[in-house]
Amino acid sequence: MSEMIKVNIDGIEVEVESGATVLSACEKAGVKVPVLCHHPDLNVAGVCRVCMVEIEGMGNLQASCAYPVTQPLTVKTKTNRVRKARRMNLDLVLAEHYGDCYTCPRNGNCELRTLADEYGVDKFKFPHVDKPRYAKDTKSFSIIRDQDKCIHCKRCIRTCIDMQKVNVYETANKGHDVEIQVALNKSIADVVCINCGQCVNRCPTGALWTQDVSDQVWEDIENPDLFVIMQTAPSPRAAIGEEFGYPPGTRVTKKLNAAMRRAGFDKVLDTNFAADLTIMEEGTELLERLHKVIVKKDKSVKIPMFTSCSPGWVKFIEHYYPDHLDHLSTCKSPQQMYGAVIKTYYAEKIGIDPSKIRTVALMPCSAKKYECNRPEMNASGYRDVDYGLTTREMAMMLKEAGLHLADMPTEEFDPVLGEGSGAGMIFGATGGVMEAAIRTVYELVTGRPVPFERLNITPVRGMEAIKEASLKLEKVKKEYKWLEGVELKIAVAHGTANAKILMDKLVDGTLDYHFIEVMACPGGCLGGGGQPIPTTPEIRKARANAIYQEDEEIEIRKSHENPLIQKLYKEFLGKPGSHKSHELLHTHYTKRGQYFVKD
Amino acid sequence: MECRDGNLVSFVEGTVEKYGKGRENLLPVLREVNEEFGFVSGAAFIEISRVMDISIGEIHGVASFYSFINEEDRGKYVIRLCKTISCDMAGKEKIEKTFERELGIKFGESTKDGLFALDYANCMGLCDKAPAMLVNSQLYDSLTPESVLDIISECRRKI
Repeated sequence: MSEMIKVNIDGIEVEVESGATVLSACEKAGVKVPVLCHHPDLNVAGVCRVCMVEIEGMGNLQASCAYPVTQPLTVKTKTNRVRKARRMNLDLVLAEHYGDCYTCPRNGNCELRTLADEYGVDKFKFPHVDKPRYAKDTKSFSIIRDQDKCIHCKRCIRTCIDMQKVNVYETANKGHDVEIQVALNKSIADVVCINCGQCVNRCPTGALWTQDVSDQVWEDIENPDLFVIMQTAPSPRAAIGEEFGYPPGTRVTKKLNAAMRRAGFDKVLDTNFAADLTIMEEGTELLERLHKVIVKKDKSVKIPMFTSCSPGWVKFIEHYYPDHLDHLSTCKSPQQMYGAVIKTYYAEKIGIDPSKIRTVALMPCSAKKYECNRPEMNASGYRDVDYGLTTREMAMMLKEAGLHLADMPTEEFDPVLGEGSGAGMIFGATGGVMEAAIRTVYELVTGRPVPFERLNITPVRGMEAIKEASLKLEKVKKEYKWLEGVELKIAVAHGTANAKILMDKLVDGTLDYHFIEVMACPGGCLGGGGQPIPTTPEIRKARANAIYQEDEEIEIRKSHENPLIQKLYKEFLGKPGSHKSHELLHTHYTKRGQYFVKD
Repeated sequence: MECRDGNLVSFVEGTVEKYGKGRENLLPVLREVNEEFGFVSGAAFIEISRVMDISIGEIHGVASFYSFINEEDRGKYVIRLCKTISCDMAGKEKIEKTFERELGIKFGESTKDGLFALDYANCMGLCDKAPAMLVNSQLYDSLTPESVLDIISECRRKI
């Protein structure tokens, strides 16, 4: 542990590690300092200068987010000099910002507007931009850019380059002409963007947003000829409460069910069911691959197998590692599997023509919008999923309809394909897909439940960058004799930067695992780009707790024990990995390469 | 993706080989490409990115920071007239007008025949011999409307 240094903040003494920033000392002292370019997930930038403080013995004011503590300091955060400097810097930021607040998606949740309010900005000190200067980039299925709102804080750049290693954004030009651009000033739809939406979640203003489809959803709800089915993923349920003033980690699943029914959705289903289905298919695929590799020595079959539930991750590997797509599981994500099953099996069960069904998916994710628009995702003859809504958009829809979660009764999901297991629930957290898969695969192979207390496979839980575990398969069932004594090696990575570490090892030939879970967003889906803003490390932990709690409370905690899944296979699909399963529930990938998307 | 030009590919590969793949060598590579082709095209950005394994965004971010790296074909002779105060006081405006009248274009534009482009530059440290300008990398000082006409015809003769 490094040396502890005393810092006096407005008379409050705290000790911080040498090298920690003055801002973190202020946080420790409980002194609030305004920030704009700083974000707890990101590297230091120090560009906005609104976090200025006065440090005794220094001539100039310092940006507290960037100033490291290396000796005892006395800091003042509330002097007139500090206050005026912050106000001046804020005025300068505002001078460049086209503030069309009424029509801005961040109205009510804009960090710039909040600061302007807190600092009593009552006039524009400098000439103000009163007309838009840029055309909005709305070409992408997922991400919208409105450069007029950009204040050059570079959070998106740091998110894309440092945090996600996707490298879409750049700072172009210099001085007064600086702009945040997408490579060569192209549309974000035409570059290597993976649609993870992490930049949207970090943006302090409305410069970045997701493609909002709620108007089309409202139209379809009102159309008497259409039957609109909602499926909700676990992560939005653990987070949407935040949009209604609940603390992070509040579980509102059943209240949300009621609210969505009142909003007009004809059926409300649980994506966890499809997550269970994914586990059945993916688990079977893993065992098939292992059989081909271990027994048949088939060189064309690739191990490790990577999960394919995260559409951001799928597009990442398509762009950056197009020669390694054979390592991706061919399983569609739960969202798409569900869509395909709804428009075939479920349509028949409820007796509705699938052409009249519209499926809407409530997801924590902006990449799901792109995923449901992939041309190959139409196995039933119709679009598997018609619309992907983010947690934020759903909250907006409910607010628009006057449906406040606090006023809602609790309601269950609709039956037939209604319920998922606890294994499906934990898909929302990093390590969750792996844990769910292992609960099923281990039991399938050995006939015994996984050797972990209360089925909680703790080595794959938590927010570590890359988690590894291994599990020895012993006393296996006789049909799995070939797996006797095999040590199943698994790894879990969250955030594409961590996935890249694994992929680079794969390219070098030094990656020694059987099965790897990757989720494109830090923390997994619960930290997705469609989740409420802000999302921070603490908030992600709270959401993960909510998800794991819900898992423990669900009676069935293994995908293969979900009776509805068993019924679906019996009545419709046959068995996991069957021809019909492959037709409906599996997909293929596209080699995209690192440069521009074909026009 | 834009059509790949064999010349460009081999030039970029050769230049990167000369300097090395490290990020610190990006600027010299950009300069050489700019000098060879007169500008760094979209295709050139892709090639540099591929060969040096640096993202296009980062390369374009660097290139766009420098006004001497062009992103389009400006013309054979890029004229950069100093716009700062000493040159301004020494009669920059007359020089400006002479250029615009003689070439039939405004500053910031290029002639249709692809021969000349007019631009401004910041101080070149030739305040004692103002007004000053650059034609490509060649310095000219103590400019008068007459000397400007001579320089233009000299350029025309050279092609």
